Amino acid sequence: MAEAAQTQMEISNEVAIQIENMNKWYGTFHVLRDIDLTVYRGERIVIAGPSGSGKSTLIRCINALEEHQKGSISVDGTRLSSDVKNIDRIRSEVGMVFQHFNLFPHLTILENCTLAPIWVRKTPKKEAEEIAMHFLTKVKIPDQAKKYPGQLSGGQQQRVAIARSLCMRPRIMLFDEPTSALDPEMIKEVLDTMVELAEEGMTMLCVTHEMGFARQVANRVIFMDAGQIVEQNEPEEFFNNPQNERTKLFLSQILGH
Amino acid sequence: MSDMHAHSVAFVRETMLPEQEPPASEVGVVHWMRENLFRGWANTLMTVIAIFVIYKIVAGAFPWFVNGIWSTNSLAECREILQGTTGGCFSVLTERWNQLLFGFKYPQDQYWRLILAFVLLGLAAAPVLFNKLPKQMLFFTGLYPFIGFWLIWGGTLLAPLVALAGFLVGFAAFKKVEHQSFAMGALAFLVAALVTWFLGGFAIRSAPGFLALEAVPSRDMGGFMLNMILGVVCVSLSLPFGILLALGRQSDMPIIKWICVVFIEFIRGVPLITLLFVANVVLAYFLPPGTTFDLIIRVIIMITAFASAYIAEVIRGGLAALPRGQYEAADSLGLDYAQATRLIIMPQALKISIPGIVNVAVGLFKDTTLVSVISMFDLVGMIRGPILASTEWNGVYWELWGFAVFLFFIVCYSISQYSQWLERQLQTDHR
Repeated sequence: MAEAAQTQMEISNEVAIQIENMNKWYGTFHVLRDIDLTVYRGERIVIAGPSGSGKSTLIRCINALEEHQKGSISVDGTRLSSDVKNIDRIRSEVGMVFQHFNLFPHLTILENCTLAPIWVRKTPKKEAEEIAMHFLTKVKIPDQAKKYPGQLSGGQQQRVAIARSLCMRPRIMLFDEPTSALDPEMIKEVLDTMVELAEEGMTMLCVTHEMGFARQVANRVIFMDAGQIVEQNEPEEFFNNPQNERTKLFLSQILGH
Repeated sequence: MSDMHAHSVAFVRETMLPEQEPPASEVGVVHWMRENLFRGWANTLMTVIAIFVIYKIVAGAFPWFVNGIWSTNSLAECREILQGTTGGCFSVLTERWNQLLFGFKYPQDQYWRLILAFVLLGLAAAPVLFNKLPKQMLFFTGLYPFIGFWLIWGGTLLAPLVALAGFLVGFAAFKKVEHQSFAMGALAFLVAALVTWFLGGFAIRSAPGFLALEAVPSRDMGGFMLNMILGVVCVSLSLPFGILLALGRQSDMPIIKWICVVFIEFIRGVPLITLLFVANVVLAYFLPPGTTFDLIIRVIIMITAFASAYIAEVIRGGLAALPRGQYEAADSLGLDYAQATRLIIMPQALKISIPGIVNVAVGLFKDTTLVSVISMFDLVGMIRGPILASTEWNGVYWELWGFAVFLFFIVCYSISQYSQWLERQLQTDHR
């Protein structure tokens, strides 16, 4: 309880992400419908829902990997527009971790981590390497820095991907099913890294099926279905006392076995 | 049951067995021959037939090489010495050596310029081909086109200097305006470069003798040198143009995309030889009367256009092979389009495309012999024209064509070996 109280304190009233009445279509298919979501700084949000419910699309809209057609998204008070410079600035403030890691296979681990700081932030190479080593140490793989991604295990690659994002010193981190492509014994090492990150007060939005992680870390769980936010609540309430029928069905299926 | 096994199951090894040599039939030459040459009667039969064929070829060619004559002045003299025995008249190569390499019009006392240009080419190409060499060497690579031009064509040093100055001034202007937008920067580059060239034109005309080498007009270029000039210039130009065309074809901007698609599809749909005829004859009609537009430049434009269209398609294949995630990861880190393309997308796409690009490059190099059809005297043109048509050497086919084959094979095989080495160098997946 003391821990919960402490995590509550870290959340400020400062708005990190403000999504208002956002809609998105793929052609004629209405993927996201009237999404309203306010994320406060320091909040950890887990987004759950059946596949095809629009969870990934939602967080990909936040750093403009997907374009939305209606409504507005503001990140750190900057409204997302179609201006390329505006998009690039927001992307450099928002880190993203992908299901398939998406490390750059032609660069070493260290180069993967220093590339964006050097080219986007104009950090001197030496300093960028120090930052990279700091975060690689944090995800517990500093000794792999000279290797190429292809030589690492899936879990190690995903931790490098997290470190690569952190090297940009993002204010918000997005996780798009970070453990779905991993073998069971590797899921834990990645989740541990994410828990550690959460404890440091990083603002996180995480699409995941790891309900244990949601219980342990999240301030808020959002359940999506058919492109809409169906239910959101604190994790205890969400898991123990779901209100919506779809949520109940989903939880019974995912926790039933 | 149990007592049946009781006395035989328990076993404890007391001494470990030492490592032994494998039997003689499993190692060395004997094993290799047994595995590869004499495995079963069919395999043995094939081996015997192959050995016989190889013997026949060697036995036929060997005296031809060994009895070869290297120092006569005509085919008739050579035949006289041979007296009907088998032997090659290689003296055509020694006697016409300079013509084969440099054509028949380039001033003889200036050959040192061509040799120097060739040696410097190696120096300029090295840092591009081998990335372990110091990056400072690229400085010389940047200067080489101007040095090479001055050495081969001669004339005043001012001409290549002005050309270089135009690029430098243009680049400076580009850097100044770049932060506004890329298009503005490109425009600034164009204006600044043109102004510099225009002003430099006066300087060249006022001092045509400044550090001048004897000027050699393009129509005097010939021999294997012409193939090398066309091959090197066109390969090095068509790669960047090919990359731009491939990127343009994927562009979101419909006009750019449309231009690239039309260009690529048109060029690919036309035989190179017709483009060369166009370069030779038809282009002159479209130019304002009185302009002299060098034939070599026209040919270079056509071959480059041809090769870039093919390279563009090869690179497009490489781009298509990249997972979408690579683009998304680059985007999500905040890299802009130019950075993502240069640092993430192109290195990987080019690596995938190496075999295809080399294929085009080798093909292009061999296709430079097609210029012999529009009466340029490259290696093939020299052999077909001045040498075989001369009274001295009329009828020497094997030696001459064999020499041409040999030269082209050396270059093309080197390119192919280099590309395979490069592929191994760039391999990072270690699977």
